[in-house]
Amino acid sequence: MQNIQDLEKILNSELNTKIKSSLIKHNQIYLNIDEADLTEVILFLKTNSKTKFRQLIDITAVDFPENEIRFKLVYLLLSHEFNQRIIIEMDVKEKEIVGSITSIFPAANWMEREVFDMYGIDFKDHPDLRRILTDYGFEGHPLRKDFPLTGHNEVRYSHETKKVIYEPVKLEQNYRNFDYESPWEGTKYIKEQTKE
Amino acid sequence: MAKETKTLNLNFGPQHPAAHGVLRLILQLDGEIVEKADPHIGLLHRGTEKLIENKTYTQAVPYFDRLDYVAPMNQEHAFALAIEKILKIEVPIRAQYIRVMFCEIGRILSHILNVTTQAMDVGALTPTLWGFEEREILMGFYEKVSGSRLHANYFRAGGVHQDLPKGLDKEIGKFCERFPKIINDLELLLTDNRIFKQRNVDIGVVSKQDALDYSFSGVMLRGSGVPWDLRKSQPYDCYEQFEFKIPVGKNGDCYDRYLCRIEEMKESVNIINQCLANLPVGPIKTDDGKISPPPKKEIKQSMEALIHHFKLYTEGYRVDKDEIYTAVEAPKGEFGVYLISDGSSKPYKCKIRAPGFSHLQAMDYLIKGHMLADVPAVLGSMDIVFGEVDR
Repeated sequence: MQNIQDLEKILNSELNTKIKSSLIKHNQIYLNIDEADLTEVILFLKTNSKTKFRQLIDITAVDFPENEIRFKLVYLLLSHEFNQRIIIEMDVKEKEIVGSITSIFPAANWMEREVFDMYGIDFKDHPDLRRILTDYGFEGHPLRKDFPLTGHNEVRYSHETKKVIYEPVKLEQNYRNFDYESPWEGTKYIKEQTKE
Repeated sequence: MAKETKTLNLNFGPQHPAAHGVLRLILQLDGEIVEKADPHIGLLHRGTEKLIENKTYTQAVPYFDRLDYVAPMNQEHAFALAIEKILKIEVPIRAQYIRVMFCEIGRILSHILNVTTQAMDVGALTPTLWGFEEREILMGFYEKVSGSRLHANYFRAGGVHQDLPKGLDKEIGKFCERFPKIINDLELLLTDNRIFKQRNVDIGVVSKQDALDYSFSGVMLRGSGVPWDLRKSQPYDCYEQFEFKIPVGKNGDCYDRYLCRIEEMKESVNIINQCLANLPVGPIKTDDGKISPPPKKEIKQSMEALIHHFKLYTEGYRVDKDEIYTAVEAPKGEFGVYLISDGSSKPYKCKIRAPGFSHLQAMDYLIKGHMLADVPAVLGSMDIVFGEVDR
């Protein structure tokens, strides 16, 4: 097993201008990069003999609606040879188009499709960017924070028309989000007061 | 005279028994040869990740049972480990042993199901009947320890929910004495069976490089000759205290993957035996009152315990702002949880990395050029469960 500190040094010296910041936490390396450098960084990590991150574990996004740059794309890679994991993060604006890495890792195909489906982030040069997990003809991107938990449509079998029909969600009772936090330490306005 | 050829589109599933759930596979056929396979997934999509974002950490555990529902506790394990790493909780040694033991029981549960249904997909019925009898017993252990046979909701951050009931360790011990003979019986039926071999040998061959490129893990990776098992390479809980071997295949075909699973079951029995022989006594969850609920008896007498109980079951415990990826070796491969916490009692984001998702993605690559009848064989050997693929 290659020492994680050494690995971080190698990455910083080889990719120095491309890395915005790097950090070791929980025995994993966290890299922050620019969107424009993505393919180069991934290709370097995969092919370089000192890193050998040969396996793409997952791609996902995180939504921060209050931030100016709304999304954070996350790439998880694993190196079997050195037994190390790396987490690559980059900030992506709402309508920005990101380069696809399907030509480097064929496994990225469905993972990028899932990110597209769940967050609505577009990928350039993706061979087949369709929705993957949601229903045929679905609208919206469910994992965005502004998408309601109950969704917009519900499905039922209609005896009148003898087929499955779509209707807007009707709830007998609204979904209630209880605030259990202690009023003397948790409630929002008090937190803001104590900060000052 | 020029021969006219026509490709045929065939809809395989979503209600086909060999689709192992709700897979809709659109096959382009030239005669009986598959030219292209396009899996349509998501028919079992329940929005698990969205739901978890809206639940407290304790309430999120049962959703993990419903991912790969043939080995529920292995998934819970990944989630519990993620929280424990963020909160830096020490898990008592007895709890670690119990968790390892039940993860291995989960592995046997999953492998029995897979090996026998794979046999059924290629025409053998008896292994299923024999194997399911044993699954029944194993699910009985699940029930005794957690109260339910499938959706256990047993692992917690910091340990397990409750201790083993009296006598359960002896029962599991008895099962482990008997089970190797059952594996033997299954092997007698399948391993040298002419039909089983004709249907599986050299079918769905994966090379080492492709296994890596397509993000394969678990048996799919080991079947192709890559000796990689997270229990050995990145040991979690007390796995480093056990002695076990990692079976590795040679050819990367369906038959090798079957052999790997059979061998893994034997190793799992071995691990369970070691657990039982050295099972330490002591607490089964962390004694930090801010994370694990107090015993019922104390609630009646101690004000402190009552407050803890109330807070844990309403607001839940809070997890510091952090982000982490933790993975476990689930029966199907690397099952990971990428968790972002924001200091509140609900996860900000919880991405679930399911091994089956990447395996199924390679369906087109695996099946190209094979016959239609090989589709169920390849699908069976991939060990797909739709609970985790669709999430």
